[in-house]
Amino acid sequence: MDEKDQREKHESDRREFLTCLGSALAGGAVAVAAGSAAPEAVAATEGAAKATPPAIPGYDWTEHRWAFGVDAEQCIGCLRCVEACKIENNVPKNAHQFRTWVERYVYLEGDEHAHIDSQQDPVNIAATGSEEHFRFADRYRDEKVEKAFFVPKLCNQCTHPACVQVCPVGATYKAEDGVVLIDHDYCIGCRYCVQACPYGARYFNEEEGVSDKCTWCYHRITKGLQPACVEVCPVGARIFGDRNDKDSPVSQFIRENRVQVLRPESGNAPNVFYVGIDKEVN
Amino acid sequence: MEPLPNLAPYTGWVYPNETVFEWSVLIAVYPYLTGLVAGAFTVSSLYQVFGFKTLKPVAHLALLTSLCFMVFVPSPLLLHLGHPERAFNATLTPHWSSAMAMFGYFASAYVLLLMIEMWFAYRPFIVKEAQRRKDLLGRFYRALTLGSYDLSEHAMSYDRKWLFALAVIGIPGAHGLHGYVGFMYGSLKSREWWSSDLMPVIFLFSAIISGVALLVVLYVASCKLRKVPVDVACVKGLAYTIWGFIMIAIALEALEFANIVYKGREGIEMIMEYVTGRLLIPYFVLQFAVGAITPFLVLSYMIWRGTTGQTLVVGVTLSACLVLFSVFMMRWNVVIGGQEISKTGKGLLFYQPHIFGKEGILVGVLLTIAPIVMLLGLTKLFPPWEDAETASPSPADAQ
Repeated sequence: MDEKDQREKHESDRREFLTCLGSALAGGAVAVAAGSAAPEAVAATEGAAKATPPAIPGYDWTEHRWAFGVDAEQCIGCLRCVEACKIENNVPKNAHQFRTWVERYVYLEGDEHAHIDSQQDPVNIAATGSEEHFRFADRYRDEKVEKAFFVPKLCNQCTHPACVQVCPVGATYKAEDGVVLIDHDYCIGCRYCVQACPYGARYFNEEEGVSDKCTWCYHRITKGLQPACVEVCPVGARIFGDRNDKDSPVSQFIRENRVQVLRPESGNAPNVFYVGIDKEVN
Repeated sequence: MEPLPNLAPYTGWVYPNETVFEWSVLIAVYPYLTGLVAGAFTVSSLYQVFGFKTLKPVAHLALLTSLCFMVFVPSPLLLHLGHPERAFNATLTPHWSSAMAMFGYFASAYVLLLMIEMWFAYRPFIVKEAQRRKDLLGRFYRALTLGSYDLSEHAMSYDRKWLFALAVIGIPGAHGLHGYVGFMYGSLKSREWWSSDLMPVIFLFSAIISGVALLVVLYVASCKLRKVPVDVACVKGLAYTIWGFIMIAIALEALEFANIVYKGREGIEMIMEYVTGRLLIPYFVLQFAVGAITPFLVLSYMIWRGTTGQTLVVGVTLSACLVLFSVFMMRWNVVIGGQEISKTGKGLLFYQPHIFGKEGILVGVLLTIAPIVMLLGLTKLFPPWEDAETASPSPADAQ
């Protein structure tokens, strides 16, 4: 083989190699693009973890549409709900991470804005001296209070949950019955969902390395029980039920009251319905 | 029970769960690194695609820099994850509605593109080394030739076409990669400080200036270390690039801030209290005045006066250092600043960074320096210097 032939051979070898490489890259790109339109990929947008829902005997999640009501007029700020939730759901025993919490709004005489605090406020923690038992300190004893009320908060199990939208792996997903669940065995712990939730409902469990939030006590409601916070509320400020059942407490609550949701402008369409909240509650 | 690592003191009313700061300094380092990647690639494209011949001395350095920083881009994310061993889940079962899910694909495709482009750019050098060396390193270069030893004019013109095509693809690739990082923040409606349509573009332009500035510093430092004269025309070309892009970057950031203030939506009082209080120094003084306006004025003055020689090199290098600092402050002010303003719009939190630990400042600094160390090593294997045997078959030469 003379020099020219050899050069031509090298050239053709290289051209072949590059053509293969080019085809492989182009093929890969087409496969990805096509994949995004395939039914499997559409299913993937619903969250990988949803493909393997929790196996609960005798429970069909397509038969229910859970909802939650909060009657803030009734809440007395006793915080039994917060403590019950922590015990029931193994929420870390500290004053920084909660699946549910209660906010206190106090308008003092002449004030334009409310003084707002929750059980985690250092003054309230000092009142019990413990991060496991909570109570609201009597901090406005010497003030002239014009108006005051409590607002229980929890995950809104939104119809369009921002947390589900941003989860990069589909570990968090909206169950057919409306509850937003997290597959703790699949969550990578990036905390994008914590950032995305407009309501501050999510926290990151450092010990387990995963995100966590209220599930309306999914392990209880799927067995016909009430969420722990609803169960312990002494005044009926928390109402829970199935909207598919017209006679359920929550269906009645929504029907008989002029209810509102938090941050409707977010487009999240929450499923916790409030009665008796004020302009500054968000 | 272990105490929580990132507790944040606060004033006003914040949601209880917000009192733990979730995105640390590492999440500020992450967009900083991707920005440097995109910026460095821009320089290489200016030469390869747009024919800016004055940038030839840094064209290869730009590619190497881009690759070295890209390799380290995933590390701050991996260190931050609660379950780094599950990181691959995002690639296996990407949740398409998540801005974060595409990262694995974008990043891998981009690294691949950079490696192929480097292969073409360095092919003549690899072939020569493969033929010249008989040692272990010779085997390394021989393997890298992938069996192609042809350096004829015909073959080189073929290479040039590929280099051009890859550089053209790389521009939207690099900028898409970084623009999407901006989108990750801008698309969140939970925080007024982040939620902006301008965010991806702001990230992009700040990325470009940071990458160009990094190349100025690396190039001038490499000339000093190698004891060779600095190519003043090249430094001037880079200075013009920073000058042109920094104007847009400043204008965009100013528009973004003006928008937030002018719209004055819920929570604006708290934002104003924050920017005129705690954020006054990091935002207005460090990021804008010191890091952006000062280099802009210095560069404008030098361009106006026609400064050249050593004075130009010193002036541009100092400006570049300020730009690098400014862009880091921008990342900090977005990532940390955004979290310091409570979602309630009624309170402020105070991030207290740790020095040590997995997500401490020390790790952040190390991750920023690590690509430069890798670059130092790679320049030994693939010298990017113009005087070395790496004269590339660039399209710019052919024009």
